[in-house]
Amino acid sequence: MERDDIIEYSLDVHHSEEYGKALRKKIWKVTALLTAITALEVILGSQIKQSSDYWQIIKWSFIGLTIIKAAYIVLIFMHLGDEKKSLKYMILVPYFIFILYLIYIIIVEALAVSDAWTQNLV
Amino acid sequence: MAGHTSKEIDSNTLWGGKISPFSTSYGKLMMWFFLVSDALTFSGLLVAYGFTRHACLDAWPIGEETFNSMPFLGHGYPLLYVALMTFILIVSSVTMVLAVEAGHRMDRKGVTKWLIATIIGGFFFVGSQAWEWSHFIHGSEFGKVELTDGSQAIVKGHFGEIENFKVIEAGEHHKKGDVITEDLLHEFHHAVVAGNVENGIITLHDGSKAKVNKKTDHDLTLVIKKDGGKHKVGDRIEGKVACDAYYEAINSGTPNRVIYGADLEQNEYGPQQYGQFFFFITGFHGFHVFSGVIINIIILMGVISGTYHKRGHYEMIEKTGLYWHFVDLVWVFVFTFFYLV
Repeated sequence: MERDDIIEYSLDVHHSEEYGKALRKKIWKVTALLTAITALEVILGSQIKQSSDYWQIIKWSFIGLTIIKAAYIVLIFMHLGDEKKSLKYMILVPYFIFILYLIYIIIVEALAVSDAWTQNLV
Repeated sequence: MAGHTSKEIDSNTLWGGKISPFSTSYGKLMMWFFLVSDALTFSGLLVAYGFTRHACLDAWPIGEETFNSMPFLGHGYPLLYVALMTFILIVSSVTMVLAVEAGHRMDRKGVTKWLIATIIGGFFFVGSQAWEWSHFIHGSEFGKVELTDGSQAIVKGHFGEIENFKVIEAGEHHKKGDVITEDLLHEFHHAVVAGNVENGIITLHDGSKAKVNKKTDHDLTLVIKKDGGKHKVGDRIEGKVACDAYYEAINSGTPNRVIYGADLEQNEYGPQQYGQFFFFITGFHGFHVFSGVIINIIILMGVISGTYHKRGHYEMIEKTGLYWHFVDLVWVFVFTFFYLV
């Protein structure tokens, strides 16, 4: 039976110059990607007004791009991608369950409140 | 059921209970726990923001219209400044990863260099945020206006410069015929809020009265943000009608018909809660950045004095790095939900 709690790491593990070189290259690639996404968001945000017909598409692509950015920061910069699977899920799953649910109920509720106000029900 | 460890483990690495959950070190796992709970706090704040915003809908300010200024350049640059702040924070996050990477090679010089770069980036971000707050608090040239029917509107357009005040009635400091050319906009705003402007005549602090010489405004548009008897939220008033409605309020001599900037009770951009969320969410994030800078400085002192080198590993950089990236991560969400959508 394979045990998952046996140490497979050591604080003293260091990586070599070649490995470091490859890692740095990856880091700079991610940087370029994050910068490009931010630039794209700003260009879209300043060119397309909220009153535009395309706004819904733009809004959802902003949210999508944000999640891509967040994923790169968490998985590459914070090295969560290299951690044990169990740790990864322990950290990420609560957000995918509870926060998504919270967002859903809160927006449904908010729209109902908004309706009540505009129809002078209160 | 004993485990079969194939190699000897140094006592530094092993936790006190002789096992290591998730195969990480104690410090790193605790940092992750802290970040998970801190992320829930920020989620709560942003979700509360989403609730209030969706309950107000049209009255809520639009990011690109509220944040469109650059230092030294003035207005007309939507979102550019926050984009710059985002870029600064991303870059400082990158320098932090590079510091961590240098730590894995036991390259003390590299760690020092990249950590200093990270700290500088952090200071730049905190400074940018100070500018943004100051701009938000002082507000635009036009402010928010309450129209005769009780509705409230924000004002868009080009503000005609105030050229001078020509004193027509002497007060304590100014004599009749004096021409005042300093601190005009500031003085004008104060007088408008206090109801000391009537029919183009301003009553100054010392009790003297002066005629306001001002260039005409261009492309004035009023966007209604609060229902009144006649106008509803989302209505836009343009042209001469807008100009007349705006200057009726300015020249009414009634206090608080026009307000500028923001405090915790009211703001010129939208509902009261908007200002409160702005101050709390960006403030709480800014506080995190500031703490991060302080932590980085403390760690930098450890690096320079060789504490971690003697310890044989630079895991401390990795742990503070986690915190620093988290701050960047939160900003990515604040940027999207506060400024973009």
